Amino acid sequence: MSRREPLIFELSDEGKRAFWLPPLDVPEKKEHLEAIDIRDDISGFPEVTEPEVVRHFTRLSQTNFCVDTSFYPLGSCTMKYNPKINEKVASLPSFLLSHPEAPAELVQGNLAILKQLETFLAAITGMAHFTLSPAAGAHGELTGMMIIQAALTQRGNPRKIVLIPDSAHGTNPSSAHICGYRVQEIKSNEAGTVDLQDLSRLMTEEVAALMLTNPNTLGIFEKDIHRIAEIVHAKGGFVYMDGANLNALLGRFRPGDHGVDVLHLNLHKTFATPHGGGGPGAGPVGVTAELEPFLPIPVIRAEAGQLVLDFDRPLSIGRVRSFFGNFLVIVKALAYILSLGGRGLKEVAEIAVLNANYIRKSLEGIYHLKYSTPSLHECVFSDKFQREKGIQNIDIAKRLIDYGLHPPTMSFPLIVHGALMIEPTETESKAELDAFIEAMKKIAQEAETDPESLKTAPHRAYVGRLDETAAARHPVLRWKG
Amino acid sequence: MSYIPLSPKEIQAMLQKIGVTSPEELFRCIPEEIRWTKPLELPPPLTEPELINYFQGLNQRNSYPGFLSFLGAGAYPHIIPTVVDYLSSRGEFLTPYTPYQPEVSQGTLQIIFEYQTLICQLTGLEVANASLYEGATAAAEAVLMAHRIKNKPKILVAKTLHPQYRQVIATYVRRLGLKIEEIGFNLESGRLSLDDLRKHLDEEVAALVIQSPNFLGIIEEPGEAFSLIKERGALAIAVVAEALSLGLLQPPGKYGADIACGEGQSFGLPLSFGGPYLGFIACREEFTRQLPGRVAGQTKDAEGRVGYVLTLSTREQHIRRERATSNICTNQAWCALRATIFLATLGRQGLREMAYHNLQKAHYALEKLTSIREISQPLSGPFFNEFVVSLKKPVADVFNELTKRGFIPGYILEKDYPDLKNCLLICVTEIHPQETIDRLVSVLKEVFS
Repeated sequence: MSRREPLIFELSDEGKRAFWLPPLDVPEKKEHLEAIDIRDDISGFPEVTEPEVVRHFTRLSQTNFCVDTSFYPLGSCTMKYNPKINEKVASLPSFLLSHPEAPAELVQGNLAILKQLETFLAAITGMAHFTLSPAAGAHGELTGMMIIQAALTQRGNPRKIVLIPDSAHGTNPSSAHICGYRVQEIKSNEAGTVDLQDLSRLMTEEVAALMLTNPNTLGIFEKDIHRIAEIVHAKGGFVYMDGANLNALLGRFRPGDHGVDVLHLNLHKTFATPHGGGGPGAGPVGVTAELEPFLPIPVIRAEAGQLVLDFDRPLSIGRVRSFFGNFLVIVKALAYILSLGGRGLKEVAEIAVLNANYIRKSLEGIYHLKYSTPSLHECVFSDKFQREKGIQNIDIAKRLIDYGLHPPTMSFPLIVHGALMIEPTETESKAELDAFIEAMKKIAQEAETDPESLKTAPHRAYVGRLDETAAARHPVLRWKG
Repeated sequence: MSYIPLSPKEIQAMLQKIGVTSPEELFRCIPEEIRWTKPLELPPPLTEPELINYFQGLNQRNSYPGFLSFLGAGAYPHIIPTVVDYLSSRGEFLTPYTPYQPEVSQGTLQIIFEYQTLICQLTGLEVANASLYEGATAAAEAVLMAHRIKNKPKILVAKTLHPQYRQVIATYVRRLGLKIEEIGFNLESGRLSLDDLRKHLDEEVAALVIQSPNFLGIIEEPGEAFSLIKERGALAIAVVAEALSLGLLQPPGKYGADIACGEGQSFGLPLSFGGPYLGFIACREEFTRQLPGRVAGQTKDAEGRVGYVLTLSTREQHIRRERATSNICTNQAWCALRATIFLATLGRQGLREMAYHNLQKAHYALEKLTSIREISQPLSGPFFNEFVVSLKKPVADVFNELTKRGFIPGYILEKDYPDLKNCLLICVTEIHPQETIDRLVSVLKEVFS
């Protein structure tokens, strides 16, 4: 594709239109406008026809890589296949048409969906209760930290510090900070996991919680999690687990059984709802029985054979979102769990881990692997070998595009300099994995023989490598005509 | 069902390559004493037809769509052109992630850029972000943003801001030690009380939040209130919960807002029992670097070709960590895509016409309803597509009587506004034919006779 698709505003011309309302069927009265300050015409607002709309957005869609067309191994994002049947059931008419303020007795089906997913997530994770309100993973983190804070406040002291390993995703410290906590970093040990001694030293009675991702962002299982929980609990703190990587643990480890007090999940990762180019997701939060009173409102409960909404919860942290969360995302996740069942979910983890280890084994020695500890669903290489030739992870990533592959997550986790974080998920065939491995090997060769082709990559994309520095220095954030 | 594209033979070959004999061995890193070895307590897997049956059953347990409803109150039923569903269901839009790799995400990025432009045009402000979760958290993010800019401890919030938005703001700011003070409304006009505002003004105020049309449907004139608080060095935040109103009413930028935010659900998103929806936020240019969430910007490649990237990321959590302007990562990109297609399709004329029909129909409904002796209009301020009526009978009784006859007449206000006893908030949009409005009127007549 060589021709640049114009902006919708550039396609616009006065008098074109793509939409007609039925004629106004009530008597039109101009006097209704008299008391109202009416705006001027919106200058530059699009005026296009339907064929142009369809072509514009279809053409733009074709410039995207996506899971439906390409291997998309973004680490920690779990870019698995999104089953189409889940889209279909989520578009049943009453789900789309239900108003969120409808009386509860008229939307019992919707409430049953929410309740059912809460129950299933509890069975999968071992947590006692769930809220489905949070709209995304980071929103779940914030909700979870608020719950911890509320519980500590009730005990008399909300405390001041949250401990977070240096391998954590950036949302963890950011969420803790919005809660008013000071973040203290825990250094990872040589195995890439939490250092128990360092934890014991830092864990004081001023620490509200430890936020721990498990498996962590290196794909490594924090095998001492139960001991970690003991250390944190002994000082009266809580263990928050970031469940972004739960895909690796389905049917093999239930965080709620081993000292995790609060857990958030990402339905758009583990439970296969589409990522939508950056949302909508959903970030349910699970808690222990002790923390249940602090869940956000509303809470759904059964009463005399009906599901009702409970707002009268004096210890609740309050509301974190309007209405009930991203309901349609919840429907899709429920459909996913129902279609796979317990055994299917266990198999998901099994193959996700198999695929990641297959890639790890195939590329070990060609790309530098900082941590030799066994890993689960993802593996983190670095550009250390290639850097000697002046090649960085970004060059490798951009060159992958020329091979028709989406690059892995780059430059994260921060503890691996020049990181390439690869998460294949369970929905990739061996042929796709082999093609990726082959491309990565070729790129390693090219780094030796033709480094220039990497530095100037991509060569076969819709656009060449874009100047992100210039974009930030002189921001152009909208069309100005 | 299963979505695993590996044959048993391939699995064997891969295990061999790794050097293990079974997948089980790959989980040895989870110590045995904490490994879960039982089956998960879940029902047996369902096939496609069974899954459809299961959800059809739940679908049938929702009787609400069979009712004639006049509910608004932050979620609005509107026409959605066919092309919105058609285009947004493409896999290239549904199944990519956040456009971290711009060269293979130009579609998503250009559409975000177009969306940001549309939000700027609609709000009359200079910069918009790529989306937020929904209206209530957008309002909370706006308040946090104002706090970052002003670093003052007090936030003034109009009592006529959507009750759930007020709740979410309270949840968000409580832990930062911010103080929220609510500004009352004039019981005659339904508009913000300037007298009450003056009582709360001091040097501690970081921002004033006003929703227009407000939760009671009344179109505010925030200009004067915003001038008053700006004189005190505070920021003006405008909330728009019914985004369609922007097709006809003055944009927040015009009446002095520094930050405008709200709910974009009206732009091509079905009611969906409350989500996914679309939070939007826009601000004056000087506050760009305090915006929360993702922002797309224009740039060029080495050959000078125009392209789009996520930019200003030094504000964001993945770079700035605990010093980020917000913790937002995944937001509502696909909902913003639907809004962009919706707005492009309605276009300059269509958007205005849709808004105009809402206004005409709502006013028709009010006239008809207040022709009933037992129904009056308690608030005199101008309105868009929602209005308050006061009933001469207990509102719960009337509501129940109407439900029996197949109507949801509106939103009962007294639980949020005790002053508005026996009052209903009624929403009328372009989806309500005259006949439906007339039937509501005759059913109400019946109930009062």
